[in-house]
Amino acid sequence: MTGSDVPRDGVEGARPGRDALTGAHTGRRRRRGRGERAMVPDAEFSSYYGKPILNKPTWKALDIAGYLYLGGLAGASSLLGAGAHVTGRPALARTAKIGAAGAISLSLVALVHDLGRPARFVNMLRVFKPTSPMSVGSWLLVGYAPLTLAAAATDVAGRYRLVGAAATASAAVLGPAVATYTAVLICDTAVPSWHEGYREMPFVFAGSGATAAAGLALACVPAGQTGPARRLAVLGAALELGSFQLMKRRTGLAAEPLEQGRPHALLRAAEALTVGGTALGAYAGGRNRVAAAVAGAALLAGSAALRFGIFHAGVASAEDPRYTVVPQRERLAARRSPGA
Amino acid sequence: MTDDTAARAAREDGAVPRHNLLSGPQPDVARAAGYADAPPRMGFFTDTSVCIGCKACEVACKEWNAVPEDGLELTGMSYDNTQGLGADTWRHVAFIEQRKPFGGQEPGVGHEDVDVFSAASALGTGPGSPGPGATAPPPGAAPAGAPAGEISPVSPDGRTELRWLMASDVCKHCTHAACLDVCPTGSLFRTEYGTVVVQEDICNGCGYCVPACPYGVIDQRRDDGRVWKCTLCYDRLGVGMEPACAKSCPTESIQFGPLDELRDRAAARVARLRAAGVTDARLYGEDPQDGVGGDGAFFLLLDEPEVYGLPPDPVVTTRDLPAMWRHAAAAAVSLAALAAAGFVRRPR
Repeated sequence: MTGSDVPRDGVEGARPGRDALTGAHTGRRRRRGRGERAMVPDAEFSSYYGKPILNKPTWKALDIAGYLYLGGLAGASSLLGAGAHVTGRPALARTAKIGAAGAISLSLVALVHDLGRPARFVNMLRVFKPTSPMSVGSWLLVGYAPLTLAAAATDVAGRYRLVGAAATASAAVLGPAVATYTAVLICDTAVPSWHEGYREMPFVFAGSGATAAAGLALACVPAGQTGPARRLAVLGAALELGSFQLMKRRTGLAAEPLEQGRPHALLRAAEALTVGGTALGAYAGGRNRVAAAVAGAALLAGSAALRFGIFHAGVASAEDPRYTVVPQRERLAARRSPGA
Repeated sequence: MTDDTAARAAREDGAVPRHNLLSGPQPDVARAAGYADAPPRMGFFTDTSVCIGCKACEVACKEWNAVPEDGLELTGMSYDNTQGLGADTWRHVAFIEQRKPFGGQEPGVGHEDVDVFSAASALGTGPGSPGPGATAPPPGAAPAGAPAGEISPVSPDGRTELRWLMASDVCKHCTHAACLDVCPTGSLFRTEYGTVVVQEDICNGCGYCVPACPYGVIDQRRDDGRVWKCTLCYDRLGVGMEPACAKSCPTESIQFGPLDELRDRAAARVARLRAAGVTDARLYGEDPQDGVGGDGAFFLLLDEPEVYGLPPDPVVTTRDLPAMWRHAAAAAVSLAALAAAGFVRRPR
């Protein structure tokens, strides 16, 4: 609000500076340039001074988006490590095992950093609640992290091979769950852009975890052993991009924050990096060491950009009351329409 | 009410679902949470039609619960300087300025042609006249001054008229509380009164309940990282007192009591307002069939919920949780299959 409420000639004829937006003229549009097509018709709704209805997530982006990314990287790396262990690709196995152990350790650091102090993590283990994905995830991590550390340590030390094999196998069993439970973690909230995508989000995260793990392997492993990683990159990218498109198409208005501003830039970058990294890795990754390293870095960066894009889109959807009110009004109208 | 009789009958039969459901009607929420011999479920009925925006509830809540100050701001949002519920605002009075006429809540309730002194002298003389002390007509009878479809009076200077809606918002103490369901530490718990309370010594500041709440109530306090919200004055309830906000409310806009009784009272009040021509009057959050299984704190509103900053049709976030776990399991299996496919030797 600029200037005084009360002009020199008194308040007569002056309208208040800010009204609660109760009319039908408050549907905001933030259309981007370049002739982008609106996904849904203009929404009309009322709001309380445009204030958000939901409280937005208080999570720090670097900690929690990083946590989602590292979980995917670790889970899929455990699978690669186990496969390489079984099929006799020692360099791939070692990289994947160390990658899994490192990533999951870093993700725990990120979680503890978000909580504020290490002792607070202990409270996570007071109870086990299937209704709380974070409780399930905490127990999953408590089981999974030591297994990855054991698998990596025995591989590096070259001793206790039986223990190492058992740890590798067990980590590979828990790995996929670690990579996909994080999707349930963010979808089990009232945040529109996360909650509405709950059917496809686990598949997006699974695919993205696979490309990240493949990227790490491509970047660090001699070309002769990266065959499975290159194939996993292709399959993971297909799963990630396919289910992401499906999610955007199905969720309607709630997908709009994915198409705007910073999330849009991040998600476009994620697409470009994943497609480019996969293509480069598949085409030249088997022969050219430099190309493989570039492809691997692109895949790692693409997976991270996807998690950060989805994270920021969710925060944006919680900050705008439109994404809360409009779908709920439509739901109410459908229920009240004749026949209901 | 039929729901309540059904609930009471079910309680006597012992047929009340003992386990905690994720969604749907749950008549005896305290018993489902494990209290074998719970007192009746307590709650708030906030009748916004009599709220005068005095903010006594905000102040009383802060005083009693020792809630820290959350900054004084001139927001430009009418007289609202607290803006919304949060870690340090457990009661929030909303002020909505609308270009709708004064008087009744509908156009056409101007009283320029009424001589109040002559009307007062006729009080109690006829059978149709309300007796001394009466403030509202009996339900079912629209008074003579009720809307007749006239165009509302406009001030001589041409300004359209303005009405204020004031509403004191609070935690809804949902039957299916998303904050409680997603809390990984068990810090949030269901009390014997059916309310939802945070144990501050156990909360570890994960912040998961914050985006889970479909009403945007619970929030994290910035300097200590833990979450806070209305406790429905759990400490006062324990010794038979009413919550501080209800105690301080000068117009009884905030009413506290057993939820069954409040629902009956609210239904009567809506009927009375509608009969008086306030057709916009409606209850919000009282229906046990709604997306959160009915609120422990519900409201009488004079406009759409979103006008007050409330969601029109909130649903507990954990309703879809079984489907989410199924999808995650399918995705985990897919990921394992992809990895296995990566190791399959290509045919030469």
